Amino acid sequence: MNVFSVPTELDYQAVDQVLDMAGQVGIEHMLFDARHVRWIDPNGMVALLAAGAVVKKQGGSPRLQLPDNSDVLGYLSRMGFFHEATGIFELLGRVPKRASRLSDVLLEITSITANADVHTVIDEVQKRAGNVLASRLGYPATSVVQFSVILSEVCQNIVEHAEGSGWVAVQAYNWTKRLGRYVVVITVMDIGRGFRHSLSAEHSARYGDRWGDSTALEAAFLHGLTRFPDSGRGQGIQQIRRQVQRWDGSITIRSGTARIAQVPEWDIADPVVDGLKSFPGAQISIILPAVK
Amino acid sequence: MDLTPLTIDVGVLVSKTVTSLHSHLVTRPTGRAVRLAIEAQMASTGVQSLSIIDLSDVTILDFSCADEVIAKLLQGYLEPESPEAFFMFRGVRESHRDQIQVVLERQALVAVAETDTGVRELLGVIEAYDTRVWQLLETEGPLVREDFARMFPEPILDDVLDRLRKRRIVFQNPISGRYHALSQLVDDPL
Repeated sequence: MNVFSVPTELDYQAVDQVLDMAGQVGIEHMLFDARHVRWIDPNGMVALLAAGAVVKKQGGSPRLQLPDNSDVLGYLSRMGFFHEATGIFELLGRVPKRASRLSDVLLEITSITANADVHTVIDEVQKRAGNVLASRLGYPATSVVQFSVILSEVCQNIVEHAEGSGWVAVQAYNWTKRLGRYVVVITVMDIGRGFRHSLSAEHSARYGDRWGDSTALEAAFLHGLTRFPDSGRGQGIQQIRRQVQRWDGSITIRSGTARIAQVPEWDIADPVVDGLKSFPGAQISIILPAVK
Repeated sequence: MDLTPLTIDVGVLVSKTVTSLHSHLVTRPTGRAVRLAIEAQMASTGVQSLSIIDLSDVTILDFSCADEVIAKLLQGYLEPESPEAFFMFRGVRESHRDQIQVVLERQALVAVAETDTGVRELLGVIEAYDTRVWQLLETEGPLVREDFARMFPEPILDDVLDRLRKRRIVFQNPISGRYHALSQLVDDPL
């Protein structure tokens, strides 16, 4: 039995540890020990699901030791984590009852497998996001439309390119220490074929030996390349980047062994990271801060 | 010649086309289904048609749907063998503009839009001079070539009028030779 100690603070900066470990081929029996988790954000939750799903996909039996901290357990419940996790993990510990739908959650963890799921996400976000974007982030009332467009395009990326299932989740936080203001965190992850494999047939030849996860990410992220010959395609990620930049937000995409980011002034992430341990699919994180 | 406008309510089409209660114009398959439904409605029109694509009831329009319902719709009817179809997009909100502008720019297209406040304008890719000529027709038309020539005496005028006609943002009556703005045809059909 392999045991992986889940970081005590599992947010967008710590998820690589989870993904790096789970991407290793040949792990059959894996225990994700989350007993000491004290803080987790949507990136952390969805990364755990993705990691467990990958272990299971490889024929393994992932187990998850639930956190000791009741606040963390309650939050996982409110975010709908256990609804998704029961199909992936053997859960060790007492699963709290699902909280009522009247919670502070912006968008619970939602499985994305078909376009109908994207419609469901947009319907849900329409009901809840407007107030949060205006009151917490100080965005104009109409920003819920652009926010919904971002979510729609980023979720469609799973359906159209990943050829595998994925998840989306959204929540607002007060980043008092880190940034001194509220942020909205969007996470979208899948364990499909990733950018390199999606683009390979159409574009790898022109890159020759340079073709790899980082060049595939650059091709899609910076140049809007897509596997479809249709010139109307490929604008989703470009327009997401543009809108995120307007809101002074950050967006990062990890796929395979690489990660690419659009980094605002308030963040210190590297624009491109290569040489990560391989993990299938694509993992997207978007952080939108309140206006100063 | 019959250019009676055909009004197509996209909000109704979305709810009829997508097999659920979802009403937002999001995802490419939804956009494709709505475009095909529009094209099916247009199949009953003649070789010339004017369609009003009404977006008034559409709250969310994403880029994938804008590409299908606006850019690909326009592009399809600019093919050499296709019927001479004219489109005006009605009920365009501020929250739609960016998506429409982006997809039109990507395909170097132009479209006549009527905002939710009733302002008529061009979206997409168009030269400033061409816009001025179109604007004159919009405010003063219908006009014959000589009317334009008084305001725009430059030798390129014929090229501009020809370009506006070929891009289907003005209509030239083949009998009278008069140029019509699409909005005038909507208000006062031929």
